[in-house]
Amino acid sequence: MRLAAKLENLSKDYVLGAETVHALCDVSIDIPEGDYIAIMGPSGSGKSTLLNLLGCLDRPTSGRFFLGGDDVSKMDDRQLSNIRASRLGFVFQSYNLVPQLTVMENIELPLYYRGGMTREDRDRCRELAEMVGLGDRLRHRPAELSGGQQQRVAVARSLANDPQFILADEPTGNLDSVTTEEILALLDRMNDEGRTIILVTHEAEVAAHTRRVIRFKDGRIQSDVIS
Amino acid sequence: MTFAWIRTWQLGVKSLLLHPLRSLLTILGIFIGVASVIWLLAIGEGISLKAQEQIESLGADNIIVRTIKPSADDENSSVAYGITREDLGRLEVIPTVLRAVPIRELRQRFYHNGHKVEGRLVGCTAEYAELTQLRVERGHFISEAESKSIENHCVLSAEVARRLFPLEDPLDQMIQVEQDVYKVVGVMKHRDATSGIGGSLAGQNFSNDIYVPIKTVEKRIGDMVILRRQGLFHAEIIELSQITLRIDDVDHVLETAEVVKRTLAKQHGKKQDYAVTVPLELLEQARATRLMFITFMGMIAAISLLVGGIGIMNIMLATVTERTREIGIRRALGAKQIDIVMQFLVETIVLSVVGGVVGVLVGLTCGPIVVFARERLEAWIPDTMGNLPDVVRSITPVIVPVSIPLAFGISVFIGVVFGLYPAIRAALMDPIEALRHE
Repeated sequence: MRLAAKLENLSKDYVLGAETVHALCDVSIDIPEGDYIAIMGPSGSGKSTLLNLLGCLDRPTSGRFFLGGDDVSKMDDRQLSNIRASRLGFVFQSYNLVPQLTVMENIELPLYYRGGMTREDRDRCRELAEMVGLGDRLRHRPAELSGGQQQRVAVARSLANDPQFILADEPTGNLDSVTTEEILALLDRMNDEGRTIILVTHEAEVAAHTRRVIRFKDGRIQSDVIS
Repeated sequence: MTFAWIRTWQLGVKSLLLHPLRSLLTILGIFIGVASVIWLLAIGEGISLKAQEQIESLGADNIIVRTIKPSADDENSSVAYGITREDLGRLEVIPTVLRAVPIRELRQRFYHNGHKVEGRLVGCTAEYAELTQLRVERGHFISEAESKSIENHCVLSAEVARRLFPLEDPLDQMIQVEQDVYKVVGVMKHRDATSGIGGSLAGQNFSNDIYVPIKTVEKRIGDMVILRRQGLFHAEIIELSQITLRIDDVDHVLETAEVVKRTLAKQHGKKQDYAVTVPLELLEQARATRLMFITFMGMIAAISLLVGGIGIMNIMLATVTERTREIGIRRALGAKQIDIVMQFLVETIVLSVVGGVVGVLVGLTCGPIVVFARERLEAWIPDTMGNLPDVVRSITPVIVPVSIPLAFGISVFIGVVFGLYPAIRAALMDPIEALRHE
């Protein structure tokens, strides 16, 4: 089995005033391609820190992080940006759409930073919008959409650059149960297509959709259960 | 790549249109800066060109010697003062002097058929018309032959002719000056008053002049002038009011001026009753003044552009803070630091370019607007305007061609310089912090 990502003794410290906070201590995880992982744990347990490291938004204090075959832990800002643009998709709790852009423009945004867009890319973005059920809202702005619709735009956006890896930070945290199911169905479908999905959640029902649940406490792995 | 660029620009414009008033005010700052560069330079240029023109109209190859009244407390003051016919004789023989044109001016009253005009009687020779750029309307100016004669012939300025002869043809009519009667042989065209040019040369108003041969003045009126001052009679003896020397070559003007000054100093001693004006010297001074003017105006304009730039920076810093979250989102989606820098820089460049273009367009309207405003003000508050110096009253801006690309270039430069700091600040934000920003 090929690994989508590999974490080796990953640690992250934050210096807050005179104190050093060990947000993540010596974490090692192998993530095979196509895995579907829920990361759970109380707040302050290190799950957001882990997600930031996995999302190449931050660099570890020590340890190594391989994405595909590349050691990401030593990369500079420019290289990390390129990785984010080409290999990762993000879904956030608060949707994080750009308010002045239309639905279509929001979906296309990652392609723009990947270095240009072909006609096929554009067609694919339209298909993605249709897939999430917003084919008739392409010219709307985020403020004109409901929370569930905005999150569906965000899901479509995370797929625009055809990433291997989807990182979702409490994607259903702001949604009611009906829309939660819709979004999770979309994530399930993405996983069925072979993408690796890692999602952070507090909710057991959400975690139940995944194949593997990793629990964190005080910056360490408490349990790693494959269902 | 081109696609990305078009998108960057589109996005920049779009973001700016999201806050139309804010963008407009920022543009206004740059616009005022650019327009003021063009305006101030144009006004400065207009004033100095006017001054140069006036000096040039005196003739760069001329030297003008004028009689001035010595100050009353001058111990050498006497009834007789000013330049004399003897002086004329001495100056005429300087080898570089082509010719010397003397005039004698007197305040007089002119009468005809019950009409009275108070004006200036100018005793002169035939060359005077050419020297002061006077043109004949009807008849002829004092001729060469008349210059040497003592005939009672006179030439009227257009205004005097109109006021003395409201209904008749003045030609060949007679007018009375003191006890003498003069025959009108010509009428001149209207000539605008010249303005004074620093130094000893006051502005000249030609509208109340009549011209007669200088020999006639000498013969009929003489050198003695009786003035009544505070009930006392007071006599003055003046032979000549002015001598204009034409020099054979512009290169000889300055040396000749020295000779003229020395010659006169020897004759007049300490008596300060004449002044030598060298238009060429004035011209050189005016050119130096022009440079100073341009520097000064340029500095004022630079300050207003700087203020505009600070306005841009202020707005962009606010925009960056306001859009922190958006920056985080874009970074998460793969935007590099340089992408963020470009995104914000494009916005400031759009602002400053639009401000620059509008500024240039408004800058170009400088001439008509200033002239219009001047005319309005003259109609509205004629007294106040009348008291202003002539250079200001007759101001006509002349756009300095280089000021247009200069102002535009500076505005874009300022946009980039002042936009760079906010843009870099945006790019250096920690993406995680930015995403958390509320």
